[in-house]
Amino acid sequence: MTRAVLVALAVALLLAAPALASEQSPTLAELEGEVTCPTCKTTLELSDSPIAERMREFISERIAAGDTKTQIKDALVDQFGEAVLNAPPKSGFNLIAWVLPLAGLVAAAGVVGALAWRWTRGTGRAAPGDPPGEPSGRLDPELERRLDEELARFDG
Amino acid sequence: MPRRAKLGLQIGAVCVIALLLGLLGWRLAANAEGRNVAAAADDGERPPAPELILPLLGGDGEIDLASYRGQVVVVNFWASWCVPCRNEAPLLEEASQRWGDRGVAFLGVNAQDFLGDARAFVERYQITYPNVHDGPGETLGRFGITGFPETYFVDAEGRIVSRVPAEIDAEALEANIRLALSP
Repeated sequence: MTRAVLVALAVALLLAAPALASEQSPTLAELEGEVTCPTCKTTLELSDSPIAERMREFISERIAAGDTKTQIKDALVDQFGEAVLNAPPKSGFNLIAWVLPLAGLVAAAGVVGALAWRWTRGTGRAAPGDPPGEPSGRLDPELERRLDEELARFDG
Repeated sequence: MPRRAKLGLQIGAVCVIALLLGLLGWRLAANAEGRNVAAAADDGERPPAPELILPLLGGDGEIDLASYRGQVVVVNFWASWCVPCRNEAPLLEEASQRWGDRGVAFLGVNAQDFLGDARAFVERYQITYPNVHDGPGETLGRFGITGFPETYFVDAEGRIVSRVPAEIDAEALEANIRLALSP
């Protein structure tokens, strides 16, 4: 049990370390993929418009000044609004953009699970003498006879 | 699944889809409005100028385009990184001083730009008429702006008389101001 907890902690640390490094020491290339050019509506990395060039310059200056990724993004949002970010912030109304797809996946999984459960419950036919409403594990005698014939033919 | 729960789920799904379609329609309608304004101005229909209320570039307070009612307004959309905007800046400043006492106001709308760069631009070209700032460029869609610079001419009744979707020259500036002054 203790070993499992330690392994989980180690995995969590391994996963968190690059994210932390990226937050503390972001690179221009990273931010170019996360920021949108306001005039061309593509990521900065795909744009060579004058404002994209200016934004790259601004980001490089902020990185050199030691700003974190969040600070740089906040400064860009102050200037150009939230639309400058490729992904909406995980707060306020924008949280819907993160939660809704996840909720959709969970709901879809629930529906598929419910349907699968219903189908598996409904496959058995009730044999004479079975209690009403309870599916039986036994096959219909006629179907069982045909299955035996087919298997015998297959074996022969 | 009970029939009532199933019906509830179906109604919920239809509501979510209707909401998403509504948002899409609203977004498309907002963009179409700007295109319609620009097209109507080009056809000489004098459509009402869309709402424009923005903070002043140089300090506190904001400007509402509607507050210029009774005056002709030359509304110039620009950005500091735009080369044609730099070319036309001295011409606009000179014209604002020449037309200022003849009932013609000038208003600069800086958009999709760093505030510091925009302020430096105003200082560099010694622009004396008011300028407002729209970092995200939210007003651009309403006016149907497709690039910088663009200059709109609004008459005393708040209607768009014409527009120049390019760097403006002295001749076009003069002609459009006279058009906006005419009834």
